[in-house]
Amino acid sequence: MRRFGGFLLASIVVGLVVWWLARPGDLSPATQTALAAHAADAEAGERIFWAAGCAGCHARPGIEATDPVEERLVLSGGRRLESPFGTFVAPNISTDTTHGIGGWELNDFARAMLHGVSPDSTHYYPAFPYTSYNRARLEDVADLWAFWQTLPADDTPSIGHELSFPFTLRGGLGVWKLLNLSDEYLLPEFPDAQVMRGRYLVEALGHCAECHTPRNLAGGLDASRWMGGAPNPSGEGRIPPIPDPRWSADDIEAYLFSGFTPSFDVVGGSMADVVVHMAQLPAADRAAIAAYLRALIE
Amino acid sequence: MSRSLIAAALAASLCLPGAAFANEANEAALKARQSLMSLIAYNLGPLAQMAQGRIDYDAEAAQAAADNLFNLTRHSQERLWPEGTAEGQIEGSAARPTIWENLDDFARRYGDLQTAAATMQGAAGDGLQSLQGALGGLGGACQACHQQYRVSD
Repeated sequence: MRRFGGFLLASIVVGLVVWWLARPGDLSPATQTALAAHAADAEAGERIFWAAGCAGCHARPGIEATDPVEERLVLSGGRRLESPFGTFVAPNISTDTTHGIGGWELNDFARAMLHGVSPDSTHYYPAFPYTSYNRARLEDVADLWAFWQTLPADDTPSIGHELSFPFTLRGGLGVWKLLNLSDEYLLPEFPDAQVMRGRYLVEALGHCAECHTPRNLAGGLDASRWMGGAPNPSGEGRIPPIPDPRWSADDIEAYLFSGFTPSFDVVGGSMADVVVHMAQLPAADRAAIAAYLRALIE
Repeated sequence: MSRSLIAAALAASLCLPGAAFANEANEAALKARQSLMSLIAYNLGPLAQMAQGRIDYDAEAAQAAADNLFNLTRHSQERLWPEGTAEGQIEGSAARPTIWENLDDFARRYGDLQTAAATMQGAAGDGLQSLQGALGGLGGACQACHQQYRVSD
């Protein structure tokens, strides 16, 4: 009986500790101070917007590669991301105060991107790649939010996710985050500024690994097979490993701008959107991404 | 009981060669359309390389590639996409099954490629700038269809 009592007590303590650790986190006071201190620059934020690929999920479905790129600035949501856990439907994150995030403050936005937590302190699903964005620099988050203020409002209502039980319970996400969230970089520090810039663009903002790295059973990235290619979560085809060792850095750079592969096949699938985003960046950023990818295999 | 078994066996034996024949025809169609794509990509190559400054502009070579592209895109698509050749239905296919639910849209996109190839034919020999101006539309036509109807590979 005493033994049982001890076990019960231990369980409660462990439960409380897990509950405490898994609760939705907030920005530290230091982070809030740093965000407030930065003189935000909307123009710099546009570069972050394209590097982070926000429109890839949050622009309306059905935008064609040939449509004007401005259409991707309307973040009305509605694109569907299929997964083994159900279908995630990207919400409206335009500046609409009712249906979007127009009522947010910078701290709300930073907390969402860096901690995956909503203003009302619930966990977001990691379909929103805060698992990568949590490496973003504070000044970039603040610049991005400044750029956001220049974007149009759209009053399309968000559609809820279509998930199966028990994945409908967001409380479990706190534990998931404990197990899977890390702000460490995969590629170690490297004495090459271009590769380091590429590392930031790929591992933090670009969140390339979210598709190109296979996942474990819990849905976390398997770092031991970094960029090793993965089944397409939609069930169709595969996401290829990157980089293709036959592609030079110039080949990668040209592909990210034009969509042409070295054999002049043309990009398709969801990567076509990524190429449109990448083409908006300064050439130096595409070169940095190429340098990083080559550094993975050299 | 045994009569229906015999009937079933007979039906199966009649169907099997038919199925094998359809399979072979589908494989031939897959091979043909992928070959056509390869030839299109092969001729896109020098045009894109010139536009990107990776090789020097050469009016004659550009015109030859653009002429080929024009002719290749005149190939009719009708026999290239039989049902049963989507990804998952036949080995090596990257065609999304939605093609067969949207054949009109699929055909319209091929029409866009034909138009873009004709524009390129008129532009490729007229200097680098003219070639560069036509390449965006051509690449865009490829991409518009691949984005919609090709699975990630």
